[in-house]
Amino acid sequence: MAEIQIKNIAKNFGSYQALHDINLTIADQEFMVLLGASGCGKSTLLRIIAGLETATTGEVWIGGRRVDHLSPKDRGISMVFQNYAVFPHLTVFENIGFGLRMQKLPDDEVTRRVERTAGLMHIDQLLKRYSGELSGGQRQRVAVARALAMEPDVILMDEPLSNLDALLRLEMRAELKGVLADSKTTAIYVTHDQVEAMSLADRISVMHQGRIVQAATPIEVYRNPAAEFVAGFIGNPPMNFLPATPSGDGKWQVAGQVLDGPTSRSAPLQFAVRPEDIRPADSGLTATAKVVEPLGAHLLVTCEVEGTMFRAVLDSDLTVHVGDQLTLAPQPDRIRWFDPETTLAVA
Amino acid sequence: MNARILPYMLILPVTLFLCLFFLYPFVLVSQEAFSTGDGFTLDNFRDVASYWKFPISLQNTLLLAAAVVPIQVALALLMATMVNRMQKGRDMVLYIWTIPLGISDLAAGIIWLAIFEQSGFLNSMMTGLGIVDQPMNLLSYQSPLIVFVAIALAEIWRATAIMLVILVAGIGLIPKEYYEAAEVFGASPWKRFLKVTLPLLRPSLQTALILRVVLAFEVFAVVAALGGTLFPVLMGEIYAYQFDLQDGGAAAALALIVLAISIAFTLVILRALRVPKGATI
Repeated sequence: MAEIQIKNIAKNFGSYQALHDINLTIADQEFMVLLGASGCGKSTLLRIIAGLETATTGEVWIGGRRVDHLSPKDRGISMVFQNYAVFPHLTVFENIGFGLRMQKLPDDEVTRRVERTAGLMHIDQLLKRYSGELSGGQRQRVAVARALAMEPDVILMDEPLSNLDALLRLEMRAELKGVLADSKTTAIYVTHDQVEAMSLADRISVMHQGRIVQAATPIEVYRNPAAEFVAGFIGNPPMNFLPATPSGDGKWQVAGQVLDGPTSRSAPLQFAVRPEDIRPADSGLTATAKVVEPLGAHLLVTCEVEGTMFRAVLDSDLTVHVGDQLTLAPQPDRIRWFDPETTLAVA
Repeated sequence: MNARILPYMLILPVTLFLCLFFLYPFVLVSQEAFSTGDGFTLDNFRDVASYWKFPISLQNTLLLAAAVVPIQVALALLMATMVNRMQKGRDMVLYIWTIPLGISDLAAGIIWLAIFEQSGFLNSMMTGLGIVDQPMNLLSYQSPLIVFVAIALAEIWRATAIMLVILVAGIGLIPKEYYEAAEVFGASPWKRFLKVTLPLLRPSLQTALILRVVLAFEVFAVVAALGGTLFPVLMGEIYAYQFDLQDGGAAAALALIVLAISIAFTLVILRALRVPKGATI
């Protein structure tokens, strides 16, 4: 059992505060992705959990044991690094067995575990090679095998796929998911790639400016972003926003249209809807097409609604020309509202 | 210019320089070593090798190298690791540590002579502290060990920095991630030094060792200043042949012997510290 609890973690680098009061619980065997743009503090948080960085304040608990005063090797973790950190002077075998050798396990046990994990990662043919003789993808596999060979409670991954080319990344992503699910370890995975996050995670923690903005399942983060930042960050293209003014009784004026919205608020809100939740209709928002991008599966139309940029993902059968006037209706159950003061979602 | 010729044109000046100032003198020295006036002969080598001072100077040179180089490697590694860990003042410490490099070896020998001679700093200090009643002649034929230690100390002081500079550059090239990986996978600081730093430093160690070992066989001025004739070394003998005995042929032969020893050690170091194919950073 290795539940991870992060309690009130903060981290300062000099006068710069990289992390503000982070609280997060990751369940045993859960796959948690820390997602955010570069500089949001996600790698710092991972390194604090690993013990490569010391938190300014706060506690880290792994499997019911407080570990933030322990060195990395005593935390029951192993790690996959962004640049793999596969030792160039050791063979693949010795790389995978590095941690086991450090634990002074007997030779036959080292061999057994190295061969097993190498088999899992399909690199059993490469055990005698040096890393200079491997491709990026193979090095990545060695790095993962080395982490798995430790049979850790927790496996930490810092942008492990970011150095691979697109096709390989797709392949490794699926493989990682399978291998990690079988290994029954708790996983924390740092990435800036939202597609990677959505496809791998049991839960995603979206981070922004040193804070966790939302920690929820991928579909929840996508459907019900907790804040404007999440709405704008997740989804490609991101959510559309328009200002909304109240006209009483839960009715809201959005770009000349009257829509049903929150009944509890009387101050102006932000109306938000995903580009894929918009359909051409007889009545709706009046939009002028500015850019039309046929993407094969669908048609991405960037329009202007009352001076604000507004994107719609439409059926690829439609014919839209630049300058066309469109009437676009948002699907009522997919409309979200945000408070412009707090930037948080409004129910 | 033609792209195929350009590279050769670019290395032409340095090639000419090397031919003129290294290859040509080398050919001349070889000629001199292998002749006594009437054709090819090994007489010069026979003479040099059978002279009574040859085994002693060879033994002294090798002993000095064997004593000095390992200590310098260890010291340079320690100092390089320390410099690498420094956050502030790194450059200043590096400059200070490399000052001896800027001092000529004769001057370095004289500095250490000022410490060890009868009226030197060491004697003044020992008499001042009452450890000895009167200044002793430390660098005399009666105390060969002290002569040896003084020369070794001066050499260590003077020439460790050349290794340090090479090793600092080498350590700087090792990505930090390797250390973090080693730490996560359970390597103690000492193990990280043994399992990460040392093996990944192999190319730099190779360069530093070759340079230092070759220089150790050329040791001359420091020995001349501190040991004089008490501690004959190969370079001193070459000097004696050339200028005291006016025997250019013998000097050239001995110079070629030193060259052969240097090449042999270089090959051994290259072999011992070679990096397997595909195992570079």
